[in-house]
Amino acid sequence: MMAAVAARELADGEVVFVGIGLPNLACNLARATHAPRLVLIYESGAVGAVPERLPVSIGDPALVTGSLMVCGMADVFQCMLQNGRIEVGFLGGAQVDRFGNINTTVIGPYGHPKVRLPGSGGAAEIAIHARRTLIVAKLGPRAFPERVDFVTSPGQRPAGRTRRELRMPGAGPVKVITDKAILEPDEATGEMVLAALYPGVSVSDVQAGVGWPIRRRSTLASIAPPTAQDLRLLREVLDPKRLFLKQ
Amino acid sequence: MRDAVARFVHDGDTVVIEGFTHLICFAAGHEIIRQRRRDLTLARLTPDLIYDQMIGAGCARKLVFSWAGNPGVGSLHAFRRAVEGVGTRDSGFEIEEYSHFGMVARFAAGAARLPFWPLRDYTGTDLPGVNPRINSVTCPYTGEDLATVPALNPDVTIVHAQRADADGNTQIWGLLGVQREAAFASQRVIVVVEELVDERVIRSDPNRTVIPGMIVDAVVVEPWGAHPSYAQGYYDRDNDFYVAWEDVSRSPDRLARYLEEFVYGVPDRAAYLERQPQVARLKAKERMCAGVNYGY
Repeated sequence: MMAAVAARELADGEVVFVGIGLPNLACNLARATHAPRLVLIYESGAVGAVPERLPVSIGDPALVTGSLMVCGMADVFQCMLQNGRIEVGFLGGAQVDRFGNINTTVIGPYGHPKVRLPGSGGAAEIAIHARRTLIVAKLGPRAFPERVDFVTSPGQRPAGRTRRELRMPGAGPVKVITDKAILEPDEATGEMVLAALYPGVSVSDVQAGVGWPIRRRSTLASIAPPTAQDLRLLREVLDPKRLFLKQ
Repeated sequence: MRDAVARFVHDGDTVVIEGFTHLICFAAGHEIIRQRRRDLTLARLTPDLIYDQMIGAGCARKLVFSWAGNPGVGSLHAFRRAVEGVGTRDSGFEIEEYSHFGMVARFAAGAARLPFWPLRDYTGTDLPGVNPRINSVTCPYTGEDLATVPALNPDVTIVHAQRADADGNTQIWGLLGVQREAAFASQRVIVVVEELVDERVIRSDPNRTVIPGMIVDAVVVEPWGAHPSYAQGYYDRDNDFYVAWEDVSRSPDRLARYLEEFVYGVPDRAAYLERQPQVARLKAKERMCAGVNYGY
């Protein structure tokens, strides 16, 4: 469901910086359905990748075979990302907070971590530079605290200021796609508010998975379930071994 | 390999074994473990299984990195034990953490022999708060504040590649990572290749040369030297090994047994391969390129 909903956010011809897991599935689903000219860029250096198998990692050899370009990582970050060429960045994380800050670094204090997570990778700069970012994460009180333990990738109000004031090039997270609902930033405050519900989900179901009193838009959109074609592609073609599809 | 590591990798060195998923030189990492190097500062964007093994073997005093996980699988548990202070903690293990762009920029500065590299990054993140080496500078032309990272100039960089000639002119295709920058930034460079080729082969396709022989100190021929990482056009990544590592590295005892069987218990890469009869399934299929005319 999350992969199918995320795929709809991508327009044909857009340039997407792809992470592994659900974002990768969503991008390849979009490419197989409504967006055949989507340009997939992986931080490993593959540009215009057309993977014939589901990549286990973003450095998979199948991203190279048949791609439009393979460049070094200095080119990826300087000439693609910092240059402003990336339209959509996809991010996930262990924690996402009220303002769309993401933590992939550490649970607990940095010097004495309870759980040490992998760290930023390219996420910090994707969150800063991509023209818009989509966050994909499952709801849950631990995953959606009011404040993340560590800001790896900045959201809508870094240090209480707007991105424009801080001269950050990208618009930041414009949607948080979860397993129950979509959250979007409030234009005035930058706070993530409930914007759309999946079929059969109530506002209180969403509140149970969010660690702050969640506000809602005056009218909530409802989200159509994945089409039969989406499900067939995801289950039979894109991820037949269910490496990343768990629902 | 034994001679190259003995001669060019010393206790206390800053060691870089680069390669982004692709061409990670496990053969060199294993030789460093076998020769029981100590107090190394290990630097890499993605420590991957190779640095997890080296940390587990007690080679490292410090890790410099930007993403420490087992991609698509889970954690690097020897790394986590060292950082979280659980179980067999190396006393005083240090980390110095950046983002990928930050690490790339550090190598770029090192390669250009500049003291630092400016980048638009880190605004709104907590990384500069835990790493004082991430700093900023005011641009003399625009007045804009830019983030900076310091140059990284390793004592030794080890690069795995598809092929090189005897002088170390090295050709790589597929994912290029930051190998070029890391090699140019380094005081010493060891190149490890799948195949040693004649200089004429290199000269027939000079655009594919990523590292010129003039900066290379040693060339080691080690087929399958990147396994369980991969070499485009030679062999696929051993994803089963990466998945299995989750359970091996979770247990210090199993990690020790792995090192005993596949690192300390073998004299060299050839003997390691004899204990990996299943690697034949990873051999690459043929996908040749169209070729170009270098004539004039």
